[in-house]
Amino acid sequence: MLAYTVRRLLAAIPILLAASFIVYILVAISGDPLEPLRLRNPPVPEETIRLREQMLYLDRSIFERYWLWLTGIGGNGDVGLLQGKFGPSVFPSRDIGEELLSRSWVTFRLVFAAMILAVLLAIVAGVLSAVKQYSRIDYTFTFFGFLALSIPLFWFAILLKNAGVKINEIMGSQVFFTIGEASPDTRGFTTWERITDIAGHMILPTLSLMLLNYAAWSRYLRGSMLEVLNSDYVRLARAKGLRQRQVMTRHALRTALIPLTTQTAIDIGGIIGGAVITETVFQWRGLGRLLLESVTQRDVFAVTGWLLLAGSFVIIFNLIADLLYAVLDPRIRYE
Amino acid sequence: MSDLSTRSPAQGAPPTPRPAEDIAPTKELTQTQLVLRRFGRHRLAVGSLVVFLLICAFAFLGPLVWKYGVEIVPGAPSSSPPSAAHPFGTDQAGHDVLGQVIRGTQQSLKIALLVALMATTIGSIWGAVAGYYRGWPDAIMMRFVDVLLTLPIIAVAIALSVNIQGGSTWFGLALVLSLLAWMGISRIVRGVVLSLREQEFIEAARALGASDARIILRHLLPNALGPIIVAATITIAVAILAETALSFIGFGVKTPDTSLGLLITSAQSAVFTRPWLFYFPGVFIILTVLSINFIGDGLRDAFDPRQTLVRR
Repeated sequence: MLAYTVRRLLAAIPILLAASFIVYILVAISGDPLEPLRLRNPPVPEETIRLREQMLYLDRSIFERYWLWLTGIGGNGDVGLLQGKFGPSVFPSRDIGEELLSRSWVTFRLVFAAMILAVLLAIVAGVLSAVKQYSRIDYTFTFFGFLALSIPLFWFAILLKNAGVKINEIMGSQVFFTIGEASPDTRGFTTWERITDIAGHMILPTLSLMLLNYAAWSRYLRGSMLEVLNSDYVRLARAKGLRQRQVMTRHALRTALIPLTTQTAIDIGGIIGGAVITETVFQWRGLGRLLLESVTQRDVFAVTGWLLLAGSFVIIFNLIADLLYAVLDPRIRYE
Repeated sequence: MSDLSTRSPAQGAPPTPRPAEDIAPTKELTQTQLVLRRFGRHRLAVGSLVVFLLICAFAFLGPLVWKYGVEIVPGAPSSSPPSAAHPFGTDQAGHDVLGQVIRGTQQSLKIALLVALMATTIGSIWGAVAGYYRGWPDAIMMRFVDVLLTLPIIAVAIALSVNIQGGSTWFGLALVLSLLAWMGISRIVRGVVLSLREQEFIEAARALGASDARIILRHLLPNALGPIIVAATITIAVAILAETALSFIGFGVKTPDTSLGLLITSAQSAVFTRPWLFYFPGVFIILTVLSINFIGDGLRDAFDPRQTLVRR
């Protein structure tokens, strides 16, 4: 298992390198970060522009820049991924690495919460639907599943946010937090207050973000659960006289969860993308806003770093899913 | 069937014997006829197809019928609720919301259909070539797909759409989205082709001296058409959601043109005060995507060769 993990992590490196190269080239050729500066009126002196170009390494060719970004050899000491530096930002005072790190915690807690909630609810809905196939419960879940698959995330998020505001108005107190990832001023908060504050701010965004994947996964689990319930070994388990609960959890659900593990890993990139949208609606200062800011300012180093971080996360998550796979399915042993 | 309580009546009842004259004149049916017939039995899917066609008519024929476009209507009341003159109401600046929703739906559909077309074409050919040649071309091509799949589509689209030449036009946006949406299809097609290529008719074609291109285009892809059409349908739905999301955060269709996502951006704070601004574009997105999802579901069943008259 350990050897397998290490091997998979090593195999991830070329994939990430290739991804970073593609992303770097695409982002770099798609726009000039200094264009706003060049077009400014009154014109900015040539000298200033040249200095900025040198600072951002724009005076070098695109491949040179990528090499520089990766290794930092021949740079001013502020660039080089292998040295742990993400390169100079267009915002002079911004350290891209630090920024990515501090915002990761904000965004990934939302991503994880939404994922866990979506999986749990999908299990409940999927199992109930499958066990009571073609019953009223099944049709209800199916209907809402299809509906949820078709609701745009941002529309639903706005709806929840406004509903939260309305409830706050009616109750006359702050029931739901609708703006930001935490209260702006947490000085004087105890640790417990800080945790509840963060959790409170997470409720509505998590609900919005999990909707789509809850729907997709519950449909998915219903399918695999139906397949398992019709299998011989479940019939045998029943014939042995096991209790319904035991047949369901130990025999049926465990098997049905195996394909779901893979599916969650496939969908994780989509959840990160969704988090960008959710953060925009709820005005979080997370990775989402960092991406939007960096893209608007054509901050090539920041955008590449951002996408690399997201890519690494997806790869690590896929690895975890594969390892989980082995835990759930005793037939699979990674040697 | 293992549990009596979950058995549905359709499955439990023995098939009723049909009178002989009902079966006697057996008619030959082409594959397409079979698929269409099975699709026609899926009532929800047929209903959705009707809804979808109505939405298309609304979007593309609407501008010919409806007098207002996306421009500010001179003399229109500001922020008026739905009325006879403005069935979907007007916004603060005096835009007719119906005109805007027509235009927005049209943009979303145009983009989504183009994305589905381009992504399906790229994905099918990519997957078929990889699956047909196997070996190192397959390895390289599918690794490339893996690499692209590690990146969150929306995020890459944001990164590209703001800068790429013409990214703010609907065509540029469609191009960006298609470049990010074909990977799933290529995986599906590759899987189908891997199993198809081992079959006798491919061997026969090769024995007849057919070129690789001919085998891929004339023999492999047509036989993989079922999964491809289903995937293409779902891609339309995904593309609409992606496009509206991008337009919503300001990286898609931009003013003065409009899109359903952009309309919702400006209605963000009006959910309770001027609900018509928020709900009409939203409902059109949901209705479109929902009908496409149901059509996709019906097509999936219709193309499934295991599908029988009896509901499983």
